[in-house]
Amino acid sequence: MTENLTKVYVAADNIVSPLGFTSADNFECLKKMQTGVRLLEHSNISSEPVYASVIDNDKLNTAFSKLNISEAYTRLEKMIILSVTDALNQNKNIDITSDKALLVFSSTKGNIDLLNEEEGKKFDKKRVYLWETANVIARYFKNSNQPIVVSNACISGVLAIILGKRLLEEKRYDTILVIGADSMTHFVVSGFQSFKAVSNEIAKPYDASRNGISLGEGCGTIILTNNEAKVIKTKTKISVKGGASSNDANHISGPSRTGDGLLLAIEKTLKESNLKPSEVDFISGHGTATLFNDDMESLAITNAKLDKVPMNSLKSYFGHTLGAAGVIESIVGIHSMKENVLIGTYNFDTLGVTAPINIIKETKISGVNNCLKTAAGFGGCNAAVLFQKMEAAN
Amino acid sequence: MEELMDKLKGEIILQLNLEGLKNEDIDSDATLFGEGLGLDSIDALELIVLLEKNYGIKISNPADGKKIFQSIRTMAEFINENKK
Amino acid sequence: MADVMLQFYFRKWKQQINMSNSNYITSVCSVKNGNISINNKIDFTNTENSSAVDFLKSAYSHYQLNYPKFYKMDSLCKLAFITSEILLKTNRITEKYNQEDIAIIIANSASSLEIDTEHQKAISNKENYFPSPAVFVYTLPNILIGEIAIRNKIKGENTFFIFDKFDADFMSTYINSLLNRNKATSCIAGWVDFYENNYEAFLYTVESQHEGFGIEHTNEQLNKLYTNNA
Repeated sequence: MTENLTKVYVAADNIVSPLGFTSADNFECLKKMQTGVRLLEHSNISSEPVYASVIDNDKLNTAFSKLNISEAYTRLEKMIILSVTDALNQNKNIDITSDKALLVFSSTKGNIDLLNEEEGKKFDKKRVYLWETANVIARYFKNSNQPIVVSNACISGVLAIILGKRLLEEKRYDTILVIGADSMTHFVVSGFQSFKAVSNEIAKPYDASRNGISLGEGCGTIILTNNEAKVIKTKTKISVKGGASSNDANHISGPSRTGDGLLLAIEKTLKESNLKPSEVDFISGHGTATLFNDDMESLAITNAKLDKVPMNSLKSYFGHTLGAAGVIESIVGIHSMKENVLIGTYNFDTLGVTAPINIIKETKISGVNNCLKTAAGFGGCNAAVLFQKMEAAN
Repeated sequence: MEELMDKLKGEIILQLNLEGLKNEDIDSDATLFGEGLGLDSIDALELIVLLEKNYGIKISNPADGKKIFQSIRTMAEFINENKK
Repeated sequence: MADVMLQFYFRKWKQQINMSNSNYITSVCSVKNGNISINNKIDFTNTENSSAVDFLKSAYSHYQLNYPKFYKMDSLCKLAFITSEILLKTNRITEKYNQEDIAIIIANSASSLEIDTEHQKAISNKENYFPSPAVFVYTLPNILIGEIAIRNKIKGENTFFIFDKFDADFMSTYINSLLNRNKATSCIAGWVDFYENNYEAFLYTVESQHEGFGIEHTNEQLNKLYTNNA
């Protein structure tokens, strides 16, 4: 295989979640191990009380009103516009209106709440299509390239980052905005409840007493570029070194019992990144806190010889944000690399997975040069991506 | 009991889209999962919905399904014990 | 000396050929308007059906596809399954390549809205509230990739995209990049869309060898092929 010389850098990022509307605010909360998941006694997303990570409507609308927008946008679109606006504010070298800039949108369900009669009345019928949601965002930011939408269950976000890297290597674009977003809806909550997959407490990733997921909503934006000059000069730069996806070819909803699929994605990612397992410093896991997912992951990680590497799950902070998860969790990993702080896994107490892995319990200071982000989802899909820190030359 | 088991077979064929199967093709004592009817984890969740919808019986822990859904007979026995 | 120079240029020329890395559409199957076409020739027609699902069931029996799980699938997956079965019977790429290196890249416009609507109906009914897990699991478009992967034991790269219309430019660029950069040896690609009784499937195989059907996998050629099949 020929060495690929095009480098892909992270130029800016943002997280919109219940923990805050900037990456910095979110990371501060995580360092203090504050969770966004809480018990919703009465809500329009569930007939029974449910633990979930939901953005306060008033806060969202207040922040959005500061942008002085007269047009109507859905809740999801508001999160996205806020997230992308903040990411662009972080780095003035990025020109989103350039024809060399492209939006990649990752979402599982987009504006699915518009299927609900009441909500649906407020917007044009086509607004429920994911491509239209992406078009709405592209139009708002005056980007004229047709956005690319990735909708591949819970690995969508990681896939979108990998896709961004690959498209930048083809050099047709110099800037790619990877946007991952999903909102909390009765649609999704009822489905996971019918799967008996929702935890009756805040999710406990990798814990012996875990009993299911907590759902969440949010938006993450990562701006990638192949032009080093567009990266703000700081003492560290983060690049996307490699990434791959795979399929278990086993079952449409149950994770593989062996972890072979995820293992394949990890091995392909390390190979592309030219790294040995021993060079990985940190793993941002999927850790949904269902019995089978976390067991599967522990096997894949162990078989990849990564069982000693410190690993966390952020699902007990943000809930499972579906199409946003891969992007939001990657951003946290990027900030861990920049600040040399590894976030502890909230609500994790006693390891209870098939193979012993090294779960970070409390937030700690630790150098991180290579961060591996993994994900797995319905449809038997798996994905992994590797971020690398480089000390800037000047 | 026989009547309930026959009714259950019909409901299961319908609910789980077991196209081409008739009630008499299903042995009341054969295992439903794995070797027998070859049902999977989603089918198990559907059977939980079936019990709730048709018989008003709630199972909150899917792990309990293992014992209940061993065969048509164990399912029928469970329904008889728990029907309101 | 001249010999060495010749060898040098020959190697360079070979490298350039490899660099250009042409990939080929080696088979294609489309399902639309009661017709199934294989490599541009109509192979099965049945326009008597009242619904799209009835048509798919008639195709299932016509091609003697023995796979009981078919009946559990939602309409979108049924459509994808039938199209992929016929495609992979025409061109058995799973026998030619390592299962870990075959990619599946598929797109559509309506995502899983057909079954989404069914789940939404179930949860809107407050008196008879029984959301079905067997319905909910299909409310993700990439499940159809999962079904194809399970059936054929394909484990490589897989991504589901959503576009307003079939985007030959993106599909050819991205899939060629996967093959040229050794991320996959071959690919099952195309379009599978099903919403409100409208359905359209167009699946094709891409390989780096000029085999079988043998149309170059470029934006122009792919667009032409898609339009012919549409």
